[in-house]
Amino acid sequence: MVTLLYFAGLRESLGCSREQVPLPSATATVSSLVEQLRSRDGRWTEAFAPGKSWRVAVNQRMADLATPVKPGDEVAFFPPVTGG
Amino acid sequence: MPVVRVQSEDFDVGRELEALTRGRHEVGAIASFVGLVRDANDGSSVSGMTLEHYPGMTERALEEICAQAHGRWQLAETLVIHRVGPLVPGDRIVLVGVAGAHRGEAFEACEFIMDYLKTRAPFWKKEDTPEGGRWVDARESDDNAAGRWKKP
Repeated sequence: MVTLLYFAGLRESLGCSREQVPLPSATATVSSLVEQLRSRDGRWTEAFAPGKSWRVAVNQRMADLATPVKPGDEVAFFPPVTGG
Repeated sequence: MPVVRVQSEDFDVGRELEALTRGRHEVGAIASFVGLVRDANDGSSVSGMTLEHYPGMTERALEEICAQAHGRWQLAETLVIHRVGPLVPGDRIVLVGVAGAHRGEAFEACEFIMDYLKTRAPFWKKEDTPEGGRWVDARESDDNAAGRWKKP
C-alpha cells in the first residue's frame, strides 16, 4: 500500500485529501500509479489528463513520472505552487 | 544554520531580524524581504485569502532553499517565516532575512531565496473575490525569475 495526498485545487476537484491504495505492480512508478488513478472515473481522468498541470512529490521530495514508488511511500499530488 | 518557520500567527519583523544577528559581530549587512497580501489580483478585488501548505515537505523545502543559498554565498544566517491559514489585505505573508558580512551577497541571497520559494516551496493561495473563491495560478514570470539563478 501507498499513501496518496492531494492538495489545494486538486484536492477540491477530486474531493479527496488522503487515501491508501495498493501499488499497481511490484515495479510501480509515478506514471503507473497515475494511470491507475486516471482509470477511476471522469473526475480522475480529467484531473490527470495529459496537458493538465500538476506536480508530484514522493516521500516529500519533488519527483516525476519516472520516479519509482515502493510500498509504504507517501505520494503527494498538487498544482504548481503559489506561495510567497 | 537556517531558521525556518511555518505558522498561522503574525511575526514582528524588527524583533526577528534583531534575533537573527544578536551577538554576531561579524555581520555587517542584513537584507530582508516582507511579502504582504494585496487587495487586488488579476483584475479582481481580493477581500482575503487562505494559504495551504504540505506540513513536513514545506519546511524541508524551505530548509533546502536556505542551504542552497549558504552554498552559493558566504552568509552568516538565513531566516524564512511563512504564514498559512486565512489572511486579509495588508497582512504579512512572508519574511526572508539574510545576514552576511557585506550587502552584495545578502541582497542576492535574499532575492534567490524568494525566487526559489515562489516556485519550489509547497504553498497554495486561494483568494476570496466578488466572484467567489479561486485558486491562484502559478505565474510564468516567477519561473523566469527562478530560472536566472541557474548556473551555466
